[in-house]
Amino acid sequence: MEKTDKIVDILKDVTGLDNIGDNLDQDLFATGILDSMATVEVLVTLQDQFGIAVPVSEFNRSQWSTINKISDRVTELE
Amino acid sequence: MHNITPYSSPHYFIYLFVLLLPIVIGLLYGKRFKIYDFFATVVILAITFFGGDARQGISLIFYIIFEMIIVFTYKHYRKSHNNFWVFSLMVVLAIIPLVFVKLDPLLKNTTISLFAFMGISYLTFKAVEIIMELRDGTIKEIKPTEFARFLLFFPTISSGPIDRFRRFQKDVLKVPSREKYLELLHTGTNRLMLGLVYKFILGYFFGTLLLPKVSILALSYGDQAPLGISWALVAYMYTYSMYLFFDFAGYSLFAVAISNFMGIETPMNFRQPFKSVNIKDFWNRWHITLSFWFRDFIYMRLIFMMMKKKLVKNRIVMANIGYVTLFLIMGFWHGETWYYIVYGIFHACAMITNDAWLRFKKKHRQQIPSNKYTKALAIFITFNVVCFSFLIFSGFLNTLWFS
Repeated sequence: MEKTDKIVDILKDVTGLDNIGDNLDQDLFATGILDSMATVEVLVTLQDQFGIAVPVSEFNRSQWSTINKISDRVTELE
Repeated sequence: MHNITPYSSPHYFIYLFVLLLPIVIGLLYGKRFKIYDFFATVVILAITFFGGDARQGISLIFYIIFEMIIVFTYKHYRKSHNNFWVFSLMVVLAIIPLVFVKLDPLLKNTTISLFAFMGISYLTFKAVEIIMELRDGTIKEIKPTEFARFLLFFPTISSGPIDRFRRFQKDVLKVPSREKYLELLHTGTNRLMLGLVYKFILGYFFGTLLLPKVSILALSYGDQAPLGISWALVAYMYTYSMYLFFDFAGYSLFAVAISNFMGIETPMNFRQPFKSVNIKDFWNRWHITLSFWFRDFIYMRLIFMMMKKKLVKNRIVMANIGYVTLFLIMGFWHGETWYYIVYGIFHACAMITNDAWLRFKKKHRQQIPSNKYTKALAIFITFNVVCFSFLIFSGFLNTLWFS
């Protein structure tokens, strides 16, 4: 669960929204929470914090669209 | 005989449907005939590029060989190395034929654009995507035949939509279930019908019937007011915008429909763009595969680099640099004329203004009303900003002012 918390914190920092961890299956792109700029910011932070390499073209929006999915992808890449 | 532009005449559709028939029957029985697919591609490309003047066809062949050498040299190199400058060099080499073609009208030197053929831009987008994904390691295996099949996929060869290699491969390597394929045939047929209405009825009405009349009218008022501004010019702006949308959206619907008949789910290019509530929303709905290509392969990469290397601290400045770069490149890509470049700058400014407004709105959420009337106003403003940008894009101001 620690990983999810860390991701939620990153998302809170980037978007400035406090209620972001309420629903771990919320679609972050469809709801407009993440735009391209915020997306890159999340990517760069994930790279720094988890020590993983996520190239921009790996970032398929449908595979990274919710907190749970991000968590799964990070686990795979670790 | 002469070269036939895809989807432009009844002949093309007749050839297309005759050639598609075995593919459709095959897919209905759960089969893809690779050799026949290749044959159909050759025939269609021959009709398009070798129908009369063979120069386009010869250019296309040389172009494919040229891009293939670059992509497969880089693929080989990338197995053991990953130097940024080698990667950059490969991208530059891959776009050189396109750059020459675009510079040609400017230099009036036809020898430099040996590669000119219809659709070169769209093939270049695909080739560059592959080089970028080879660098990222998201594409590891690609065969020369797969590369050629992806670039030469005939439904989208002349003007997109721009598919992505991995997405395309997923469809091409499998045969859809009969149920799924029947559904594709159904949506494909609907798209084809809508495309016919868009391109040959509405596009024809606005572009062929109305536009020349409005154009003459606007030109006749040209010297009666500063900058030739008249109601006729306003009418030209809206008429041209409607023509541009229906003609291009119609074409795109054909390309997606024919892809569907071949069991390929080519992404859609338009999603009710004139309902956009702001300019950002507009670029998510207008020529989608192009704007997403620019977003993923230029904007996001540039932002990523600036953030990673800490070149720029301020997020707002960073986003704005990204917009200006993206839309300037888009402008130059359209062609080397002042109005395409201004069109690019205009859209960059619109994006920057929009971002500033969204920040302001976020800060003053309590004071700014938000209801169906403000939404209608937002759509109205966006629509007019977009139509104005299309007036710039049309080049009509160039005719009005300088000739």
